[in-house]
Amino acid sequence: MKLWNKLMCYCRRRSPWLFHMNSGSCNGCDIEIVASLTPRYDAEQLGVRLEGSPRHADILCVTGPVTHNAVEAIKTVYGQVYGPKAVVAIGSCPATTNVFIDSRTLDGPLNRHIPVDVFVPGCPPRPDAIIQGVARAAGILAARGNKPQTIETAAEPVIVPETSEVKA
Amino acid sequence: MITPEIWGSLTTALARLLIFPGLLFAVPAAWFFLWVERKAVARMQGRVGPPFMQPFYDFIKLLGKDTPQRTGIGGLLMRLWPLIAVSAAAGAVGLLPVLPASGGFQGDLILLLALLELPSMCIIAAGFSSRSIFGEIGSAREAVLSVSYNIVFLLAILSIAASQHTFSLSALAQLPSSPLRWLGIAALLVCLPAKLHLNPFSLPNAEQEIYSGPMTEYAGPELAMWELSHGLEWVAATGLVATLIAPSFALWWVAALVFVAISFAIVLLLSVVASATARLQIDTTVRFYWQCTIIFAVLAVASALFMRFRA
Repeated sequence: MKLWNKLMCYCRRRSPWLFHMNSGSCNGCDIEIVASLTPRYDAEQLGVRLEGSPRHADILCVTGPVTHNAVEAIKTVYGQVYGPKAVVAIGSCPATTNVFIDSRTLDGPLNRHIPVDVFVPGCPPRPDAIIQGVARAAGILAARGNKPQTIETAAEPVIVPETSEVKA
Repeated sequence: MITPEIWGSLTTALARLLIFPGLLFAVPAAWFFLWVERKAVARMQGRVGPPFMQPFYDFIKLLGKDTPQRTGIGGLLMRLWPLIAVSAAAGAVGLLPVLPASGGFQGDLILLLALLELPSMCIIAAGFSSRSIFGEIGSAREAVLSVSYNIVFLLAILSIAASQHTFSLSALAQLPSSPLRWLGIAALLVCLPAKLHLNPFSLPNAEQEIYSGPMTEYAGPELAMWELSHGLEWVAATGLVATLIAPSFALWWVAALVFVAISFAIVLLLSVVASATARLQIDTTVRFYWQCTIIFAVLAVASALFMRFRA
């Protein structure tokens, strides 16, 4: 049983399937998510797969500053992801609502509505920062085991710094 | 009254179903073929691709996810379809005449064709019983597709069988090489991408278009079973073509090695074709199978009839 748990832990870390959700983003971060799957960054080496259905996903990637219209959709999709699950907020918008702060069309930031595990700041973040954030989330997913995700466990989100070095 | 002969054939059948080419061989082979497919696509796109154990990691991870609550007859059916698909595909792999003198019976070709068809029936039923709009679209596409390619698929196999007056797989595996056999194999190869939902004909599970088609509402262990049944379908379908291509060997381990090598080559070929092509529309696909590919099948049937009359 212990061996099985260890194996499960390892497999969870090695096989994060993503569902990408836009909550009113400007499309900048969405493009960078796609870029992290392209030949140059190739997130599939970590076992990452972008899934079409939230039912298949382990990690919910949310972009955008959470508009009023998006709140119910985010809660629905978050409920449709079966546990164990993790949430990654991609870009500065879901973390702080960014330049749209105090806008009356917004109901952000994201962690007012669902627990967030990893924040990846940047406007937009680089693809390698996104991959790093997803890898962190997969590690959190493996460490948490079958315990449900709660506000308490997500109280101290991991912040992935924006990487500045550019590979030649 | 159980005689030693019955015991012998029973143990042979169990060994074929459980060890080789059955479950003990087929499940790792299924994961391996799923990996080869993903890796080949990645290499064709200039990426590194997933690690070797990736399908295994995915399978174990899916087993450990929460299971959706399902109630009533519809929920029971939704749980049942992936299990039926896995057992049918595993049974189909177990029937393949890989080893010489491995038993088999008159008519096992018909059983194999039925078992190969069962997973796609389950996919159709699963999409409709999930009651998701994307599942229903995917199921309708799968149904149209299976009506199209099965004409060619069945005609090709039946013409090979009819030319030899036999429905026994082990007899077909030992056929001498003839133009008719190669015609039949070409027709089968054209049908395989549609049977395995690969790219020019990946309509039922068209990602980015209808999410995951019939699989949209599945999660956790049920999705793991679908992945496994897809892998086993790979093994069974490529294995069927491999047994038709492979010459017969007296040594059992040579036969097994040649079988695995030819299956691997077919997987590689199909994956490369899949990554080099884009998805066709449903009407183009149907037209392709009904208008272009049926020529193969008609030629195969005609030459089979010709061979029978000449014999």
